[in-house]
Amino acid sequence: MSDEPRGGFTRRDLVRGSLVGAIAAGVGTKAGPAEPGPIGPGAAPLELTVNGTVHRMSVEPRVTLVEALRDRIGLTGTKVVCGRGACGACTVLVDGRTVCSCLMLAHEATGKSIATIEGLAAGGRLTPLQEAFIAADALQCGFCTSGMILSCQALLEREPKPSRQAIREAVAGNLCRCGTYNHVFDAVERAAGLKTAQGASPTVLARSGLPPDGSRRIEDDPRVGKAIREAMEEEGLA
Amino acid sequence: MTDKIRVGFEGDFQVKEIAITPGDPAPWDPSHTFSIVGTRVPRLDGKPKVTGEAKYSIDMRLPGMLYGRILRCPLAAATVTSVDLSAARKMPGVGAALAIAEPGEKIRYAGQEVAAVAAATPEQADDALAAIRVAYDPRPFVVGLEAARKPGAPLVFDGKAETKTSAGDVESGGKELARNGNVLGPRSSLKGNVEEGFKKADAVVEATYVTQVQTHTALETHGLVAQWDGDALTVWASTQGVFGVRDELAETLKIPVAKVRVLTEHMGGGFGAKFGARIEGLTAARLAREAGAPVKLFLDRKEEQLSTGNRPSSVQTVKAGATRDGKLTALQLTVYGDGGTNGGTGTSGPIKNIYACENLKVDEYDVFTNAGPSTAMRAPGHPQGAFALEATMDELARALGMDPLEFRLKNDPSAVRREEFRIGAEKIGWKAREARRQTPDPWIRRGVGVGAAVWYNTGDTGPRATVTIHRDGSAEVEHGVQDLGTGSRTMVAIVAAEELQLPLEKVSVSIGDTRMPYGPESGGSTTTPSSAPTIRRAAYQAKKELARAIARQWKVPADSVTVQDGVVSAPGDPKHSVPWAEACTLLPGQGVSATAERADNHEDAWKRFTTGAQFAEVEVDTATGKVRVDRVVAVHDCGVPINPLATESQIQGGVIQGLSYALYEDRVLDRQTGRMVNPNVESYKIAGAMDVPEIDVTLVSVWDGINNTNSVGIGEPATVATAAAIANAVSHAVGARIRQLPITPEVVLAAVKEAEEARAKGGRA
Repeated sequence: MSDEPRGGFTRRDLVRGSLVGAIAAGVGTKAGPAEPGPIGPGAAPLELTVNGTVHRMSVEPRVTLVEALRDRIGLTGTKVVCGRGACGACTVLVDGRTVCSCLMLAHEATGKSIATIEGLAAGGRLTPLQEAFIAADALQCGFCTSGMILSCQALLEREPKPSRQAIREAVAGNLCRCGTYNHVFDAVERAAGLKTAQGASPTVLARSGLPPDGSRRIEDDPRVGKAIREAMEEEGLA
Repeated sequence: MTDKIRVGFEGDFQVKEIAITPGDPAPWDPSHTFSIVGTRVPRLDGKPKVTGEAKYSIDMRLPGMLYGRILRCPLAAATVTSVDLSAARKMPGVGAALAIAEPGEKIRYAGQEVAAVAAATPEQADDALAAIRVAYDPRPFVVGLEAARKPGAPLVFDGKAETKTSAGDVESGGKELARNGNVLGPRSSLKGNVEEGFKKADAVVEATYVTQVQTHTALETHGLVAQWDGDALTVWASTQGVFGVRDELAETLKIPVAKVRVLTEHMGGGFGAKFGARIEGLTAARLAREAGAPVKLFLDRKEEQLSTGNRPSSVQTVKAGATRDGKLTALQLTVYGDGGTNGGTGTSGPIKNIYACENLKVDEYDVFTNAGPSTAMRAPGHPQGAFALEATMDELARALGMDPLEFRLKNDPSAVRREEFRIGAEKIGWKAREARRQTPDPWIRRGVGVGAAVWYNTGDTGPRATVTIHRDGSAEVEHGVQDLGTGSRTMVAIVAAEELQLPLEKVSVSIGDTRMPYGPESGGSTTTPSSAPTIRRAAYQAKKELARAIARQWKVPADSVTVQDGVVSAPGDPKHSVPWAEACTLLPGQGVSATAERADNHEDAWKRFTTGAQFAEVEVDTATGKVRVDRVVAVHDCGVPINPLATESQIQGGVIQGLSYALYEDRVLDRQTGRMVNPNVESYKIAGAMDVPEIDVTLVSVWDGINNTNSVGIGEPATVATAAAIANAVSHAVGARIRQLPITPEVVLAAVKEAEEARAKGGRA
């Protein structure tokens, strides 16, 4: 808007107005920040350690961590949805803790260890959680998925066998518009070895082809109807 | 050629003789043994999406790319008097600046596009935007449906209303309608004689139901990346229809369609709002042309919530009558809807198409206000229409002293939905619902409610696909459909694998590109029933090409070779029988391929609507007014589901969006300024992980024979009934009717009070 240039309040506006020059920025290395001092408003050199790789760049103090990751480094797996810490799409791990990377300035992340979704599958090998997300169909459009997975990963690291309620709480800050939540809960339980019955069977997943017998639940048979009801009766569901 | 097929659903099959289009396989019928259709297949783009490798259009980065931003008007109604870009053009990094609104142009809502810039970094674009000087002549404005209907209200359109429809809209009119002030309409429909119908009724109920404006809130915002190469334009768009974007860009920029290429590899949700290039897409292309550099222009969240469309509000007055034995005699709906600067706010789909009634009268009015334009949103008109209709059905059942479900079953003409009602009722425990109302905590009440869903589309003609069979036995499918997150890509692969009798890993699929054979726009639940029969036909014809090529090799008559169960053979000739892979090695160098266009629907098959029934169980805290949905049972017909895993996911999503609509979502405008006060996702609340219930999905397969795969779409029907079922469940719990969405604690507490007052007077308990 003409009097609100960027369409209103965003984190960037806030930090542009009040924090430029006040950031204790360490233009340093992983070993520890250099002597803190004011930087900006122009671009200042910066090193970010992302997924174990050091990236050097020069950005203005107002640039957020997610902007540095996406626009400068090209790690676009981290998404921006709300730009103000309300949706969790930009979740990354900073020194092992989940952080909304739209709420952290790039210069604030100096000297810290940043993990993004791209760093999860070491050597191209999916983690059990990533496999479980696919198997449980815990993603649809996939735009919330990076943040969801990192929130769940952080949960599993502190609580290897979480309750369903604990999973809900862990992703309470991750919004999904397609409605994958229940399948996300299933995926975490599956990754934690708590559940295998839901979603696609791992066998189907491994073969990615013709399903072996047993991967088909009775309700999934195309010739359902009477068969469903009978099965439900047998299982005491009806 | 005709063929006899079995159509219907389990327990209710009939044999139909249908005309088969030459070159099209007969529809799969219930005797067909599937190898992969109907099994739970994990989506093919799962891996790139869980590793962050998937490139959405918003992720595109091109060398020398600039970042575009749009300046928006802060006033709800104004005339632009000047746009001065000179200072902005001189700002660091700026490559292009342009006016979107020219002097004299009218602004009709706060947030309308005025100008744009492109600069080397997003920050430079922000700075340049702030340097644009725009002068406005403010005009009076009106927000809110009731205010806009009043005589003398400021006019949103002083001339002809400039509204538009988009793909996915249903029954949005189009005829020249009468306009009175800001009110357009009515669009009317009439069947029988409602006055006579009400006279015959033993019970008549009438009430008014109000629903809010809902925004789509797809996670990936609208926008695209535009790159010119001479006079050719390539764009990476976030869209529900790559071909529609292409056509609008070509037409508006006055360049040949053949010079525009649109790609959408992965897409972050649409829900009806992402059709056409739209103003931000055209602006990106214009900025890129002026700058001589690629431009990425994606909206931020505030812009997304303000300007990209919404589900209009509604004020629906429903009157209904029925006889003592529970037969509807008349249904009447009068609805006013606030679609901002757009129309198409009707809600009559459910009342016209769910229950059988000889006498029906509908009058639908659009009310223009100075607010962001409405657009198609997941089952346009239907969640709001179903909410009012299904509340009315409950009220009427109560007036007749009849069980609400029994009353529905008496009036539902769809055998499939009656079955869905019965399955759902058993799963939710309908019979025991009264016993569950009281809980040990005197403040907590439980309720169970039901709602019916209807949808229509069985797919459109037009789509084309190419299937190539290679010498190594693998197959390739090219089809320009896009995958919104619904699993279209996987659906295409499954259908090809089924028809070719190949394992999925032998099939590769390319989609999301206008250079490929035409794929349908994804709206109105038409994608699968449009695409799947196309893919099957192309695969079927590619198989015929394979047989012909092998026949030439074997020097046998062309039509004597068959491909069956992975074996290519000339029946009756034992020396000519080889497995698929071996046969393919006999193909000419580049294999064989076929391009096919989707056949017409078999109108002579089993005509029907897509149906669904949903049940909700809620817990209501009558002290605080808080509603918690514990369980939703969703029973749906999805034709013959191609991938039940993805189908169930989409139903989960439809239910969750419906719940979110029922309980939380509400666009709020400030009456003093006309501005939206919650263009974000923290004060525009959408359902989160703590809010979702257990959702029990059941699919009832229906073999309609309308297209060769019996496929229909599930996107829209999945969200039609949810708000209705939840509202009825809350009404059941508190003992008074909920007539307004969203069902906030305030709405619940008012209902609780109403119930207490009625009880004091000896009314309903």
